[in-house]
Amino acid sequence: MAKLNMVKALNLALLQEMERDDDIVILGEDVGVDGGVFRVTEDLHRKFGGKRVIDSPLAEAGIIGTAVGMAIYGLKPVCEIQFSGFAFQCFHQIENHCARYRTRTQGRFTIPMVIRMPYGGGVRALEHHSESEEQFYAHIPGLKMVIPSGPRNGRALLAAALRDPDPVVFFEHKALYHAAKEEVPDEPEIMAIGRAQVDREGRDLTLIAWGAMLRVAREAAEQVQTEDGASIEVIDLLTVAPLDHETLVQSVAKTGRAVVVHEAPKSFGPGAEIATALMEGAFLSLEAPIRRVTAYDVPFPGFAREKATVPDVARVVTALRETLAY
Amino acid sequence: MPRTRVEPRFTVDYLSILDSDGTLDAALEPDLAPEQLATMYRAMLLARRLDERMVRLQRQGRVGTFAPLKGQEASQIGSVAALTPRDWMVPSFRETAAMLWRGWPIEKMLMFFAGYLEGGQPAPGQRDLPITIPVATQLPHAVGLAYGAQYKDDDAVVMVYFGDGATSEGDFHEAANYAGVWHVPVVFLCQNNQWAISVPLKKQTHSRTIAQKALAYGFPGIQVDGNDLLAVYAATKEAVDRARAGEGPTLIECVTYRLGVHTTADDPTKYRSDDEVKAWEKKDPLTRLVPYLERKGVRTQGLEEDIDAEIAAAVERFEAAPAPDPVSIFDHVYAERPPHLERQRTELIARLAEQEPGRRSDSGVDGARPSDDGETVSPPMRGQRTTRR
Repeated sequence: MAKLNMVKALNLALLQEMERDDDIVILGEDVGVDGGVFRVTEDLHRKFGGKRVIDSPLAEAGIIGTAVGMAIYGLKPVCEIQFSGFAFQCFHQIENHCARYRTRTQGRFTIPMVIRMPYGGGVRALEHHSESEEQFYAHIPGLKMVIPSGPRNGRALLAAALRDPDPVVFFEHKALYHAAKEEVPDEPEIMAIGRAQVDREGRDLTLIAWGAMLRVAREAAEQVQTEDGASIEVIDLLTVAPLDHETLVQSVAKTGRAVVVHEAPKSFGPGAEIATALMEGAFLSLEAPIRRVTAYDVPFPGFAREKATVPDVARVVTALRETLAY
Repeated sequence: MPRTRVEPRFTVDYLSILDSDGTLDAALEPDLAPEQLATMYRAMLLARRLDERMVRLQRQGRVGTFAPLKGQEASQIGSVAALTPRDWMVPSFRETAAMLWRGWPIEKMLMFFAGYLEGGQPAPGQRDLPITIPVATQLPHAVGLAYGAQYKDDDAVVMVYFGDGATSEGDFHEAANYAGVWHVPVVFLCQNNQWAISVPLKKQTHSRTIAQKALAYGFPGIQVDGNDLLAVYAATKEAVDRARAGEGPTLIECVTYRLGVHTTADDPTKYRSDDEVKAWEKKDPLTRLVPYLERKGVRTQGLEEDIDAEIAAAVERFEAAPAPDPVSIFDHVYAERPPHLERQRTELIARLAEQEPGRRSDSGVDGARPSDDGETVSPPMRGQRTTRR
């Protein structure tokens, strides 16, 4: 056991998986000598060399496109897109090919690759460095979309993504990289992709969040429990797609109320899908409309104004109280 | 059938006029009056001093991440000086010198890097696009602008800035190809500063030069000493004149060096040696100009005080002004705000009022939205409200 922050924990997953599987290669901008702009690939270039840890030219479509070819050949590429806001320059490769090769070749060729991207706001970054775009990837059939909330589950989910037979888009929240340290086992640890976790048990309302919003949800749940005596169940989604209907529906069948929190804009976002899944699975248990606390439907503002749009504890508390009182 | 050569041998020129030792090739010297040279030198010095100040402001937490240009002043001023106000300038994110030259106020640069998109709003009639961060994505825009100029029979030229890393992106190649096919008046100005964050040029391209990439797209490319103001100006003037005369695009590769960090979030000691940086410091674009300018009777000493006062005054104005209204995040999403945004905006106003009782939002109330067309409303600055009331 060692206490690691998320950067070190993700680095550990990459290191151990690369030691286990010689076919894993890392490619991306500045992932080699520099160790990645967030240092997630620190030291891997030194340990495994430039053949396995590739400093790519500055071209996102090239990173994903060549990785598709590598995956077809039998390698397991781990691509780093430096910031999720730059992934639109490779979106065609992700949608047209990563997600579809299994279908396009009727199972003959598959794309077991991982696309890591830092995402999310709260780090005083410039334009295109703070967005949350999980909805785009979650919407694409054939892709898995994973978002850890801390060092330990980040490490275990990244290791799982590396062993997954299908392409996994793996979002890492920048504000979580150095936010907290957790005990991380020395031995490899794997968590199942596609499973949400009950982070805190409760009776009166189910609060669903992921990534950096989990901390916001926990704090809001604590405040409402302390001040109002209401018992809030917090669910850490961990995998956005495929969505874990079972865990969500079980919880809401018990509590009868649900609030979803996400950093992505509201309209057509993951909250809409989750609310509909709950309607379909727990309609007769619902005591109140399902609420969404999300970023507003505006392009992500300059960082000086990000607090105006990214959900905070006060907004979640308001939504919890209104839903409880409905 | 024999194997035959279908194209003649291509050539790529390298242009240097005033080298780092101060040696001048008088036959190539561009026609610049002492007053013009004085203006250009001051602009380079202003950019250098502002750059240093911005890095300090970032370290103090007064602005966010900043991309310094130190070392690239000649590449930017030598090229932008060849444009007229009716031409278009399309920057990436390190073009502080070129942007100041084009009239962007220091306050706006501060605003942008302090996280306010107001800093990206061009003045009414200003023919510049804002800072663009996703690498190379602004290049096709420049070609589209140039097509527009050609379409409207306007003799405007478009100049677009980008770095060596950008030439790996598909957008660079698509833009260059379109420019060649459409034969539009655009100048591709590549500042090859040797490093795309930690990736050196040799890992970026296997081409001997970046300039030669133009040849594949059917237009000329030239490599210049990017730390030589005179060479950059001469090459760019020629390209701009050719574009204006209907002779199509040019790619100019300014061979220069980023003396500082990629951005204030970067640590270059991880990937490059001090010796390399020191070697390039000897080729500083400002120092080599001083003896040349003195021979021309252009004043180069004692300018710093005046420049620093100009910067300090701008920083003071920027910091003294009240922060812009958060509610304005809803102001420029659509020409007309749809009902769901109206509801979200109302929610934000209520939240802010709860946090700060008695607060009034001045942003775009009652449909008096600030104009998006840039014609009737002057660009909002920090503290300047945007309502018409």
